[in-house]
Amino acid sequence: MKESFDVLIVGVGGQGTILASNVLGEACLQEGLPVRGAETHGMSQRGGSVETHIRIGGQYGPLISPGTADLLISFDLLEAVRYHHFLKEDGAVVTNTGMIVPTSVFQQNLEVPTEEALFAQLAGRTVIAVDAAGLAEEAGNILSQNVVMLGAASDYLPFSVESLKNAIAGLVPSKTVEINLKAFDLGRSSV
Amino acid sequence: MAPQYMLGNEVIAHACLEANLDFASGYPGTPSSEVIDVLRYQKERDFHIEWSVNEKVAFENALAAAWCGLRSLVTMKHVGLNVAADPLMTSAYTGVTGGFVILSADDPFAHSSQNEQDSRCYAHFAKIPCLDPSSLQEAHEMVLGAFPLSEEFGLPVLFRPTTRICHSKSDVISGEVGTEHRTAVFNNDPRQYVVIPAHTRILHKILNEKQIPLAQRLVELGYNKAERRGKVAVITSGIAAEYCMELLPADVSFAKIGGYPIDEAWLKEFIEGHEKVLVVEELAPVVEEIVRQVSGVVPVFGKKNGIVPYEGELDPSSVAAIMKKAGIIPTKEYQEAKAPADVPRRPPLLCAGCGHRATFHAIKKVFKNGIFPSDIGCYTLGLQLGAVDTTICMGASVTVGSGISNAGEERDIVATIGDSTFMHTGINGLLNAVYNGAKMTLVILDNRITAMTGHQPNPNTGVTAQGVETPQVSLEALCRACGVTFVETVHAYDYTGLVEALKKAKATGGVKVILARQACVISEKRAKIKRKPFTVDASQCTGCGVCLKFGCPAIETDDEGKASITSLCSGCSVCAQLCPSGAIHVEGRS
Repeated sequence: MKESFDVLIVGVGGQGTILASNVLGEACLQEGLPVRGAETHGMSQRGGSVETHIRIGGQYGPLISPGTADLLISFDLLEAVRYHHFLKEDGAVVTNTGMIVPTSVFQQNLEVPTEEALFAQLAGRTVIAVDAAGLAEEAGNILSQNVVMLGAASDYLPFSVESLKNAIAGLVPSKTVEINLKAFDLGRSSV
Repeated sequence: MAPQYMLGNEVIAHACLEANLDFASGYPGTPSSEVIDVLRYQKERDFHIEWSVNEKVAFENALAAAWCGLRSLVTMKHVGLNVAADPLMTSAYTGVTGGFVILSADDPFAHSSQNEQDSRCYAHFAKIPCLDPSSLQEAHEMVLGAFPLSEEFGLPVLFRPTTRICHSKSDVISGEVGTEHRTAVFNNDPRQYVVIPAHTRILHKILNEKQIPLAQRLVELGYNKAERRGKVAVITSGIAAEYCMELLPADVSFAKIGGYPIDEAWLKEFIEGHEKVLVVEELAPVVEEIVRQVSGVVPVFGKKNGIVPYEGELDPSSVAAIMKKAGIIPTKEYQEAKAPADVPRRPPLLCAGCGHRATFHAIKKVFKNGIFPSDIGCYTLGLQLGAVDTTICMGASVTVGSGISNAGEERDIVATIGDSTFMHTGINGLLNAVYNGAKMTLVILDNRITAMTGHQPNPNTGVTAQGVETPQVSLEALCRACGVTFVETVHAYDYTGLVEALKKAKATGGVKVILARQACVISEKRAKIKRKPFTVDASQCTGCGVCLKFGCPAIETDDEGKASITSLCSGCSVCAQLCPSGAIHVEGRS
């Protein structure tokens, strides 16, 4: 039986990981692929670390085991470091260069991790770094960072660009379709 | 219909609509809440849908509808079934005429729960059928089948999805929404519905007589199935079945249990002739115990000999490891992959502008050496602020508080409870505390909604699940009716007011109630209520850290160690009230 292509999308509650997973799910439907996904709901959405599993072509359970993901898409640099052990050896990570410093760091007066130190922890991986905030602003809305990230990851996903764009256009609020498609293109051409 | 990419709870709700559901009730609880939320927002089928005040109340309402012949659904999370256990146990005796489905969503790994109990045990305890799906498509077929099964045997059916069903997504084919509606007719039949001893002894016998035909029917209906392929067998249930199927070698026999009670004769026949059997299931060894009863001389591998864990959830790699321990070589290899150490934690937090944060801060200021029983809700996150000492179950803040007080502990007790939890099971505790002479302060964190589970309305919101306006309960009058004479209402952003009220409560005897009121900041955002954000005047900031310790996600430090406020600020003003140097003010003003 054909293997699934396993994608882990991680970030901070409220960053739009679920919309991103819906885009991949819809793209699967468009390409006639089965799909399984698992999401974080409930308390963990209150600004906590969130993970969404998507098994493109998956026909069994929705969970991806550590060491087996084909692709990690991270909306936050710190979260990329937290979850990169989910990747298989030759798996790629597409990460936002931006980071939300956890409030606990300020509360407990811990050292804020630097961008360099975090990238150093990803050494040895195929890393695609994206300035999601900058590109989202360029697209016209800071809230389109999740779609920027999908654009940046699009070359690594087993879909046609057309399927992804159709899925985005069908899922985002109708007033924001243009901005989101621009965000996708900017993300895509940035890598 | 063409496949759609759907959330498990959406699939379950849609299957109910296809099955001609005419009554739904529930109390919110992760991971079950979206089922009622999908039903109440859909426009395709019109019927009674309610958020009830607790699971027992929800259960009895839905049961009564099923007694009137309607197809009826009640939803809750697993621990909610504890609250509804009283009517559950006897509803199996009275039975139902309309199909009655009890959805109790289990949460292996306790992603959002206080324990990892297994609802299948309740079905066994109550002697009612239980359906346990392993995939979303199967959840759809099981819900469709649960209503006629309930009607065929005259029994409630427990439908038990887990978090990885409720909150997973897949391509699912669903059907058309049903167009038939039934008319509710209650047939007065005391021998069925009045469970006095003379009646209930007979009803119990009838219930017992249903068990074997029921178990056989679950095999006939295909919920329990087995395929003989070799000398070794894997028997599995729920989501674990999916992980097993992904990894199963072609020459290993396979049985999947989707329905309970299990037909023991059928299971015995399947096991016979195998050299060994591995049972893979999450949580309690429900399947394994039956397997061990009928396995005879065939060795059984499972939880009882340490091969499968009793706790947590499984995933493909853990199932592969289980197979190896039982001497089965899985079709995939998994390398150990360790989580990186030293990554700063990012736990969920109370939102920027949440009224609970200010209330907890004031409680800690006034009651430095207090004992803080708390309850179930977003405010359990007050743990991070050092203001939550106990949480056990819904409503237990009040009762643990009164219990500690009447045990003779002399320190001050300040219990915290949300408005929805107070109405769920807090009122009885308050009544009891006053009646039995406890000394304590109860702070009701009143945000007017059931926030944590996704902002479901409650009697305090003034609107029903279906958006109809309804009288808003007076929590003040409710507390006074319980016998509390000290009832004060304070706006949760009025820090000085909070501190004053708490000081007054501290100096007063008996049971005191403070209502710390502020609509949930997420509800306000949705209602487009906006306040001007605050900012820090760097020239006045001394870097003392008072605002940082408040723990608001909108407050950071800059490179010079001075506070700064981010775009997350919702303008609650509490940090400005706390700042000892007056350095925080509304943006645009100095």
